[in-house]
Amino acid sequence: MDFNALIDNLGGHTLDGLTRGSIYALVALGYTMVYGVLRLINFAHSEVFMVGTWTVLGVYTVLGVGAGTGMGMVIVATLLAFVAAAVVSASVALAVERIAYRPLRKKNAPPLIFLITAIGCSLVLVEVFGHVLKVFFGPPFGRAPVNVPSPIQTATLMTIGDVRITNTQVFIILGAVLMMFALDQFVNRSRLGRGVRAVAQDPDTAALMGVNQDRVIMLVFILGGAMAGVAALLFTLQFDITKFDIGFIIGIKAFTAAVLGGIGNLRGALVGGLLLGIVEVYASAVFSSNWADVTAFIVLVLVLMFRPTGLLGESLGKARA
Amino acid sequence: MSDNKAPVAEPADEGRKAGFLGLPSLGLADRFSSLPLWAKLPIVLLVVSFAFYLPNLTILPFAYIRTDLTSGGSDWGGVLFLVVIYMIVAIGLNVVIGLAGLLDLGYIGFYALGAYSVAIFGSPSSPVTQKIAERFDLGEGWAVPFVACIPIALGIALAAGVTLGAPTLRLRGDYLAIVTMGFGEIIRILSRNVGSVTNGSAGIIGVPSPPEPSENYFSSIESAHWYWLALVVLILLIFLTRRLENSRVGRGWLAIREDEDAAAVMGVNAFKFKLWAFAIGASLGAIAGLLFASKQAYVEPTGFALNLSFLFVAMVVIGGSGNMVGAMLGAFLITYLPERFREFQDWRPFAFGVAMVMVMVLRPQGLVPSRRRAREFADRKHEAEEAAADV
Amino acid sequence: MSEQTLESGTNKSGGNSEALLVVDNVTLRFGGVVALDEVAFEIRKGEILGLIGPNGAGKTTCFNVMTGVYTPTSGDIRFDGTKVSGIKPHKINALGIARTFQNIRLFPEMTAMENVMVGADARHKTSVVGALFRLYRVRAKEHELPENPLARSFAKVFGVSRHTLEERAGRKKSMEMLRFVGIADRAHELARNLPYGYQRRLEIARALATEPKLLCLDEPAAGFNPAEKADLMNLIRRIRDSGLTVLLIEHDMKLVMGVTDRLVVLEFGQKIAEGLPAEVARNPKVIAAYLGEPDDAAQA
Repeated sequence: MDFNALIDNLGGHTLDGLTRGSIYALVALGYTMVYGVLRLINFAHSEVFMVGTWTVLGVYTVLGVGAGTGMGMVIVATLLAFVAAAVVSASVALAVERIAYRPLRKKNAPPLIFLITAIGCSLVLVEVFGHVLKVFFGPPFGRAPVNVPSPIQTATLMTIGDVRITNTQVFIILGAVLMMFALDQFVNRSRLGRGVRAVAQDPDTAALMGVNQDRVIMLVFILGGAMAGVAALLFTLQFDITKFDIGFIIGIKAFTAAVLGGIGNLRGALVGGLLLGIVEVYASAVFSSNWADVTAFIVLVLVLMFRPTGLLGESLGKARA
Repeated sequence: MSDNKAPVAEPADEGRKAGFLGLPSLGLADRFSSLPLWAKLPIVLLVVSFAFYLPNLTILPFAYIRTDLTSGGSDWGGVLFLVVIYMIVAIGLNVVIGLAGLLDLGYIGFYALGAYSVAIFGSPSSPVTQKIAERFDLGEGWAVPFVACIPIALGIALAAGVTLGAPTLRLRGDYLAIVTMGFGEIIRILSRNVGSVTNGSAGIIGVPSPPEPSENYFSSIESAHWYWLALVVLILLIFLTRRLENSRVGRGWLAIREDEDAAAVMGVNAFKFKLWAFAIGASLGAIAGLLFASKQAYVEPTGFALNLSFLFVAMVVIGGSGNMVGAMLGAFLITYLPERFREFQDWRPFAFGVAMVMVMVLRPQGLVPSRRRAREFADRKHEAEEAAADV
Repeated sequence: MSEQTLESGTNKSGGNSEALLVVDNVTLRFGGVVALDEVAFEIRKGEILGLIGPNGAGKTTCFNVMTGVYTPTSGDIRFDGTKVSGIKPHKINALGIARTFQNIRLFPEMTAMENVMVGADARHKTSVVGALFRLYRVRAKEHELPENPLARSFAKVFGVSRHTLEERAGRKKSMEMLRFVGIADRAHELARNLPYGYQRRLEIARALATEPKLLCLDEPAAGFNPAEKADLMNLIRRIRDSGLTVLLIEHDMKLVMGVTDRLVVLEFGQKIAEGLPAEVARNPKVIAAYLGEPDDAAQA
């Protein structure tokens, strides 16, 4: 146990944690919204994220961007990747809902069945990118990790004390916070958002009030998926890599973040994500990086055992956190 | 002993009876249960004898079920052994999921605890036995004898089950699923990280075999012998689980599943019963893991990944939960099919995922549902249709 | 069930029998809502006590407090001298209180017989270890031995397991209960397939199987026609005559007047009257609660 390693670079580690945490938070939104409205843990959401990363790779490859690209092109490429990832991820999320979850909902299947189906969908998506596409198109699909060359060069923006703040970090943290703010406003202010909250609180009454439950559910999946797509872009900015099964570990952590903040609670997803990111990085510093992943699980188990409603409490239904 | 009377045959359910894979029900289960003891016994003996005979099955065309027909095929005895191990898992998990209705996604944790217990205490090359041998001057190559490892493994699994269950069984179903999943992963990561106990990623070799009737009876190549041993254990466990199902405990579990609050008011201590289900599940998982580790003679952390846990749950649910036969069928399909079609190795996970989704969407009660479960699903669907019609 | 002759303690006139259950100034608050406000009454051994009041008066809430579903904010419930407020439902059942539900909560996928057996199980002791290994064995009496000669010899030497005895006793008791309430002809049908009247009576049979001292019935006659109500009244009397005490929530005044020994009236969570049915029926507060105050304009 090396506390010095932590204290010596507290600022740097915290920043690292916030960066990671922002990505977790964005992905967590998908989990938390779907759970809030459907009481379903959408295991396939992690693969929605994964598909987003591949989309980003696709955009960069098609546009031919890489390390030496000019500023203008970089901005265009990034924007395009942003939109593409959001759209593709949202579509995948929606597809899973239509093909797998909706028929089960119509049959009023018990929760365990939903879980198994979600796991099955997750597996299918993982294998599509890990094997099926390789059979048809060859590399880069397959089991090996793939490099996603980010056109944005990481550069130090400023230095406070001896803490380096890079552009990617700022981009990620700000980007995540902005997206979440936008979503929060949407859910709390717009008509569609009210529908979402109504269905989360009481689906039957909402239906009686004329809210189309199916539409609301579609919307929730689209929004969650889009957030995951954006998270995918931000992820590639920081980590330059993707893999067919990258969704799994990010998904678990994001889900932990959602539960930590209070599942069903949008602001909770942000708080949970950031907190988890920080705890994880601190644990890595104090113990070894071997223990980083298990931190998420330990946090998850502890929270569920001692405070299952999370830090901010469950409440997609309520307007405030 | 005539303790178990044949259950009274239930009246026909107005055509809602669906049989295997949706074909018209042959009522085999009903007809079998209503047979008198002297008729049931030969049938059971026949099935059991056939099971023991399987490794030696060479008569074509039946032998086509063997997996070692091609040069790349897997050891037939080994596959049979694995099928039985997973059947033990399926029965244990069926008690937790099917009988008591608890969502457990971390069953691999108990399996791993069983495997690691026999490795840590039974292998002379484990860090723990080496330390103990040094401390008490017991000489090289000392280890806890295999037979003594069994209660140790069971004890550890039970303790883990109770420790995990006590605070979490009060949680809502899906939360329980997640906590158990976290538990499963924590066990795996601990086994990887705590090298002083588990040898970390290197794993532990030299896991002992059961006491042998003759020299090298339980060596790694004699997989048929392992299979027979596992089969005996399986039969014993089936017998015990059946007993449990047809007792006050089994009824209590069913009542809890149907309506927990009403059951409580009728005197059923829901928490105690659920904890027992969890503990029993943990024990069976540990037994399966112990046998597995013993045959393989080696344990290491990557063999206990979370995916295996999902596989276990899928086994039980696809086979038909709430139902021992269904769970065992699920175990069989999931273990046997991939081995039989080993050529398609890379396609296996994909095919499995597709199969999972298809079975769940098209036939959520599983392939061989217990009759109660089939009715439950039909009821739920009915309710949903009525609700949709109202709104 | 044991026949217990009630002599000097007979309650037909609300006489001086000892209190079985005491509701001692119970208040129950749900956040800002006061569901029960200092409610106090007692149920005497061997009587049939009716708990009535207009809709929303708090009758079922009171029931739920008495059977452990809710914990009172202040005040106590004492059963046979023991404080029961705050005890878990299954323990309350062990003390001797059983109940039925207003909206029928049977175990739908179990047969009628199995439903009642769950009740009978409440008094049994076989647990997991006992069911698995059947080690706790007792000397069996001649008539309890199995028929099969092989099993018979085994049982003569090794006795019969407690599990087996309890299973047999449970089945026997369940059939008895089913016969007592009059639904034994459909004992092996699924609970959800039974006609409504049978379901209501099945709930009563199940509650009786737990061998309670106090049986609480929550609107047992809802949806019954007059003939069924008359049957139910008889059943309730027979239950009382076999030694139990009965607490009854009902809306049907005719039934209530016909079968209860005493009444307690609630309105808005408060007790507004208590006493013999005839007296309570004349109590102006009670009349007002049900019918409302006469309009001033109408009076003038």
